[in-house]
Amino acid sequence: MAQKNIYEYDAKKLIASQLPNYFPEFNYHEKLAVITPEKLANFDRFVAENPWLKTDKLVAKPDQLFGKRGKANLILLDANLEQLKKFAEEKLDQQIIIGNVKGVLNRLLIEPYIPHEAEYYISITSDRYNDIIHFSFEGGIFVEENWDKVIHISIPFEKNIESFDLETKLPNLGKFNDVLIPFIKGLFQVYCAQDFAFLEINPFAITEDKKIVPLDLKARLDDTAAFLHMDTWGNPNNPIEFPIGIGQKLAKEEALIKDLDEKTGASLKFQILNRDGQIWTMVAGGGASVVYTDTIVDLGYGDDLGNYGEYSGNPSREHTEIYAQNIIDLISTNPDPQGREKYLIIGGGIANFTDVKATFTGIVSAIRKSANKLKNAKVKIFVRRGGPNEKQGLELMKQVGKETGVPIEVYDRYTHMTRVVSIALNKNLKR
Amino acid sequence: MESYKLFNKNTQAIIYGFQTRPVQRMLDFDFVCKRKKPSVAAIIRPTQTTAIDYHKVFWGNKEIVIPIYKTLALATKKHPIADVMINFSSFRSSYPTSKEALESDTIRTVVIIAEGIPERQSRDLIRIARERSKFIIGPATVGGIVAGNFKIGNTAGTLENIILSKLYRPGSIGFVSKSGGMSNEMNFMISQCTDGIYEGIAIGGDRYPGSRLIDHLLRYETNPKIKMLVALGEIGGTDEYAIVEALKNGSIKKPLVIWVTGTAAKILPQGLQFGHAGAMAGSEKETADAKNQALREAGAIVPDSYEDLDKKIKETFEKLKKEGKIVPFDEFEPPKVPMDFSEAQRLGLVRRPTNVIVTISDDRGDVPTFAGVGLDKIIRENKSIGYVIGLLWFKRELPEFAQQFIEIVIKLTADHGPAVSGAHNAIITARAGKDLMSSLASGILTIGPRFGGAISNAAKYFREALQKRMSPLEFINYMKNTAKINIPGIGHRIKSVQNPDVRVQLLKEFVFKNFSKHPHLDYALDVEKITTSKKNNLILNVDGCIGICFLDLLENLDFTTEEIEDVIYSETLNGLFVLGRSIGMMGHVFDQKRQRAGLFREPWDQILFTD
Repeated sequence: MAQKNIYEYDAKKLIASQLPNYFPEFNYHEKLAVITPEKLANFDRFVAENPWLKTDKLVAKPDQLFGKRGKANLILLDANLEQLKKFAEEKLDQQIIIGNVKGVLNRLLIEPYIPHEAEYYISITSDRYNDIIHFSFEGGIFVEENWDKVIHISIPFEKNIESFDLETKLPNLGKFNDVLIPFIKGLFQVYCAQDFAFLEINPFAITEDKKIVPLDLKARLDDTAAFLHMDTWGNPNNPIEFPIGIGQKLAKEEALIKDLDEKTGASLKFQILNRDGQIWTMVAGGGASVVYTDTIVDLGYGDDLGNYGEYSGNPSREHTEIYAQNIIDLISTNPDPQGREKYLIIGGGIANFTDVKATFTGIVSAIRKSANKLKNAKVKIFVRRGGPNEKQGLELMKQVGKETGVPIEVYDRYTHMTRVVSIALNKNLKR
Repeated sequence: MESYKLFNKNTQAIIYGFQTRPVQRMLDFDFVCKRKKPSVAAIIRPTQTTAIDYHKVFWGNKEIVIPIYKTLALATKKHPIADVMINFSSFRSSYPTSKEALESDTIRTVVIIAEGIPERQSRDLIRIARERSKFIIGPATVGGIVAGNFKIGNTAGTLENIILSKLYRPGSIGFVSKSGGMSNEMNFMISQCTDGIYEGIAIGGDRYPGSRLIDHLLRYETNPKIKMLVALGEIGGTDEYAIVEALKNGSIKKPLVIWVTGTAAKILPQGLQFGHAGAMAGSEKETADAKNQALREAGAIVPDSYEDLDKKIKETFEKLKKEGKIVPFDEFEPPKVPMDFSEAQRLGLVRRPTNVIVTISDDRGDVPTFAGVGLDKIIRENKSIGYVIGLLWFKRELPEFAQQFIEIVIKLTADHGPAVSGAHNAIITARAGKDLMSSLASGILTIGPRFGGAISNAAKYFREALQKRMSPLEFINYMKNTAKINIPGIGHRIKSVQNPDVRVQLLKEFVFKNFSKHPHLDYALDVEKITTSKKNNLILNVDGCIGICFLDLLENLDFTTEEIEDVIYSETLNGLFVLGRSIGMMGHVFDQKRQRAGLFREPWDQILFTD
């Protein structure tokens, strides 16, 4: 529920379809294709679907939400079809390292090669009161080192771009003035009308016949606006994809919770940070989950943290049990190789309306079913929670501890919310 | 009201969306705060058909009503005093409804509860609010509270929590946070470390909240009742730097204890969406560490971790107390709000006798049951209508022959042509343009002592005769001399001994073949022997035969004498006739309606006019 990255391919398609509404001179070549390992396996069909591949000079580059592709030697320029195929065979399905993330390359964006001399930079961002155009004659890979040459133009939210005096702000456009001004205004209108949250074309070129060609493009959409764009990117039958970054494949335990989350009005989030982590959390509430995670990190135990996650919005007993079981399985399947203890913090603030007894009934049921596993893995559980039916909920936790012999310490609203973290860790996990 | 205040003890709100629970929670809060007037003036329910409706709520243990309007325009016209709108509409309609409220003349503060409002729509609402000097709280928030004065919707959770957190009377602390969940935790924590919350607002977790932390902190700074500020910021965005600026330029002078959450982001994978939509650091400046550091340098009291936040708050408050800046006040015992009956029942604290006893069916489970038998079983095993009637009328699974007998009776009674009073009435009513139910009812209403009554009357008199061990002749004389009526069930207009009624023959055959005993039928046939010897059309007619054979049916089932008495008392026999004949009467109604038959009028020549 926020700003989401989209593929360069989708972003270009969206802009190509919308920009002519505001800037009719935008005459895009519409030659855009993505090759994946599956398409490479049926290469002839892929070429048949995109016949321009045979006639045009081609460019190919990864389309997986990461930049600095040239420096990583992942761009093919001025190639023919045969070279493209060879490049795709070489690169697709290859493991690559981007920054400190490992991932597999599986999308290459192919476009015609456009010879050009100058490269320009434009991006649009937003703040509370303005949308801001950033423009530079020094586009491409040099924009960062030449950031002081970028011109920033704030357009107050209530201003109409069509009547906005952009020329004064961009005085030195020279012979391209008559094409750049309407292009920028048109692009700005697409940005606003389609609820972009970020748009950067770096670089774009201007051909000799004054056609504007976006070369590399990055974009984020405000995904909460999907319902306003059923005719474009929010079409419920064919919604735009919000991919996760390269190397961020969901583990099966994460996918399980994501699936559950999508089925309910409650919120269930789960991300594994370190499968061998000694400290695991099951925290109620978006705000509280951040605070617990912070505190573990602030106290110096960040490297030992197994997961980030939260459950909130009064999830059902059943869903809470599945959520708890998922964590319990992760924490107890592989006991620590050095035989050290593990800690599960079942935390939360004082709930507004989430029924503590009902959600804890789910968690307790998971603990009861997994008591032996938990004991084998030397798991100690620390509980802190408040909210509707807190007494009964906390009592259930104490009881299951007594019954099963799983060590469980239970704290109520009178103990500071995160104090269980220091109680659990400072005593046991001395650093 | 002073401009730095959004809510006081007289503030009234209009609730957009028919949200009964938050409304009751607000009124319960009002009650424990000893407010004079409810804080909810009106509710807006755009889906209702009437312009004004009313909603019942509790005020303590009394019931009062709150008007529900179809439009905001009417609500603001009727309640010009109400200057707050709490908007519970969905993320789809929050924008137009909030816009309408901001553009109205009477609403000053709009609280937007929905999560997932497009950022551009939020920004447009912010623009309107700025232009019109209005205030927005939210989107994506639970709201906020002015202790002892006014509570927004679901803020602060249950009444029990409100009491424990001492929110029924104002303290000295102004608190603001992004997270609504954490605000509840903080309200309580602050009540433990200080003299309690004066005002606590949750601005919501969106990237563009309608009002920011700084907007509320500046209000608190101006409010002389607030002595100390507490805030909880969040990773992402740069709004906290406005606080840094205010500390530096002196617009915030009161002690401010603040913590920006999200310090863990540095060890988490990049791009991980923390709890809220706005919680993602786009640059170094937006990280929690950078913000905490900047705030610390600007003079805010910033702990090293959330872990020490309670200590910092307590220390700061104690210092103010020592300096004599905290005005002591008398505590009071808040009045008790009666527990809701449903809650008390759930906790087993109350009991109440039920109004109705039902012994034949239950629809509370997954599948409705008839006398304990699931409807799924009835369908799967293809049980008969006679079987279903057995369950619902006699509370038992009838044997095959009894089911068949009941179905025979239904078929025999289903119709008897258009001339009889029931069908005739149904036809006339249908032709008067009335609906199916009225037409059928008008037919059914003719069933009684003269029409269809022969069945139950025959059963009644023959049963009595047999019980009193009257001989058939004694019975005939009794009916003639004492009861002074023709024997019900005996006699036919056309049919006679020589021209027997085939329906009676079929019924008798069935009974002789399937019933192990049939004393009533035997007795009736003895009576018939005598009556037909007098006149050959004084035969046992079909109505009489049905009534009498039904008595024999009961004899053949495992009913005790008392149970048979109950069956007869409860008019089951009439039930069979009503059930069967309804089929025919509905047929006649459909028949007339299909033909679009016009109004029936008795011709004059069918009426004798006379004085």
